[in-house]
Amino acid sequence: MTTLPDTTRPGQKKLGLVIDLDTCVGCQACAVSCKEWNTQGYSAPLTDLEPYGPDPAGAWLNRIHGYETGEGDNARGLHFPRSCLHCETPACVTVCPTGASYKREEDGIVLVNPDTCIGCKLCSWACPYGAREYDQDDGVMKKCTLCVDRIYNENLEPEDRQPACVRACPTGARHFGDLGDENSDVSKLVKSRGGFDLLPQMDYKPVNKYLPPRPRRDKAGGVKSTPLETVGKGDGSLAERVFSWIDEVLS
Amino acid sequence: MHPAYSVIVFTTASGAGYGLLALLGLTGASHGSASDFWFGSVSMLVALGLITVGLLSSTFHLGHPERAWRAFSQWRSSWLSREGVLAVATYIPACLFGLLWVMPDSNEILLAGLGIVTAILAMATVICTAMIYASLTTIRAWRHWMVVPVYVIFSIATGAVLLFALTSVFGRSGIPALGIITIVALVLAGVAKLVYWTGIDNMKPLYTMGDATGLGGDVRQWELPHTSENYIQSEMGFKVARRHARKLRMIVGACLVAALVLVLAAFGLGGEAAPVFAVLAVVLAGIGAIVERWLFFAQARHVVSLFYGEQSV
Repeated sequence: MTTLPDTTRPGQKKLGLVIDLDTCVGCQACAVSCKEWNTQGYSAPLTDLEPYGPDPAGAWLNRIHGYETGEGDNARGLHFPRSCLHCETPACVTVCPTGASYKREEDGIVLVNPDTCIGCKLCSWACPYGAREYDQDDGVMKKCTLCVDRIYNENLEPEDRQPACVRACPTGARHFGDLGDENSDVSKLVKSRGGFDLLPQMDYKPVNKYLPPRPRRDKAGGVKSTPLETVGKGDGSLAERVFSWIDEVLS
Repeated sequence: MHPAYSVIVFTTASGAGYGLLALLGLTGASHGSASDFWFGSVSMLVALGLITVGLLSSTFHLGHPERAWRAFSQWRSSWLSREGVLAVATYIPACLFGLLWVMPDSNEILLAGLGIVTAILAMATVICTAMIYASLTTIRAWRHWMVVPVYVIFSIATGAVLLFALTSVFGRSGIPALGIITIVALVLAGVAKLVYWTGIDNMKPLYTMGDATGLGGDVRQWELPHTSENYIQSEMGFKVARRHARKLRMIVGACLVAALVLVLAAFGLGGEAAPVFAVLAVVLAGIGAIVERWLFFAQARHVVSLFYGEQSV
């Protein structure tokens, strides 16, 4: 059913990711482990065409962009993972003619049923975030499942019951939890770090949040960035004055 | 947006078919049984044939055409599903109408009822097709208020030129009402397209790369996530030959004007030249509609291109 479930009920679970743009180092571990898990899991296969040829193509559920902001001394580069945001009002679901694309009532995960998808691609047109990729070989649409086949999977160790991308991140830049619960760790994190929505004006109400990069530390008054040459001309001890004299003689 | 040929063939062919079908329905409603069995039969076959070819073509771009029947289920929320339901529903009154219409001395009230229902369903189907596009907030050019009128007007205009040609071929080129409807519809099609093109050319950007990434201000792309083009880029990419847009628009305009002149010539000259002119008008109106539809896709920019280097949409 492509009509949306009522997600306004109190206590509505909204599972999603919080992605920290400050600590993401762009290593692609999340993208690779996503591909690895999901090419054998719920969305299987995630086809690659000519993976080692001159023009490889394939469906991936997570893409890591690189952006640059600011000018001159204020310029900074950052890595920007982009995947399904499991929106509260996802048009990708309501446009689906077959009911293959749906939002789960119990936890808000947006999924595609690969057995009923006709591959019309309209859902990918309806998504502002480019979260859905068509699998040419499989003939159906693929998207992030929030690793629905991991997070409830009792055959896995408890610490592994989270999305593959979160588990793989070496810097802890990806967090998984219930964003419908104000007291969850992820909700607290979003609150303390000023987490934001992508394109809130479009009113898709994304569940996933992004944490902004922290201010540069030299600007924030933490560690001073001091030229190296001036380091160590300091405390006036005898040893220091001897080295200083040698330095002068030699220079 | 990537202009898929199957979708262009579908929207133009079935658009013309539904336009012709609606006009035939109204003709039957106002004039009773068809003047000639062969004219009636051929006209109905052309209308239903174009619709069917269009609908079949639309399934070619599906990943799983064998599951197409599932698309009738989600009419509560999906315009694509509504279109599918109406497209199939239209066949029922259309076939009944066609059978009654080609018979002499059919019950006029029944014929009129079926004709009007057929015309309404045909136009409702075209409106649903247009709404598939007009309902997508991710593509601003398709949110323009002229999108639905353009689909309806092009459907009626190409259908009217077809009907004009069919009457000419069957030796009835001088029907004043049909001549006027055809000419007015062609003029309206040109005007509607001009309004649409002016509208989308003057659209001010609504979102920036800073909005899309949430980083605000001036944001630049320095690294793509992948080394070769992915589905998002090929389907929603902005590289499609927009540079020819001006010339292609002029071709659309020229085709519509030429079709109009040919209809006028057929109407004025009559005689043996009329069918030739009228059929040529169909060809030109058809080319105009196809180029117009190609541009409708190729010129539309998707919000997702902001993640791929476009500064604003």
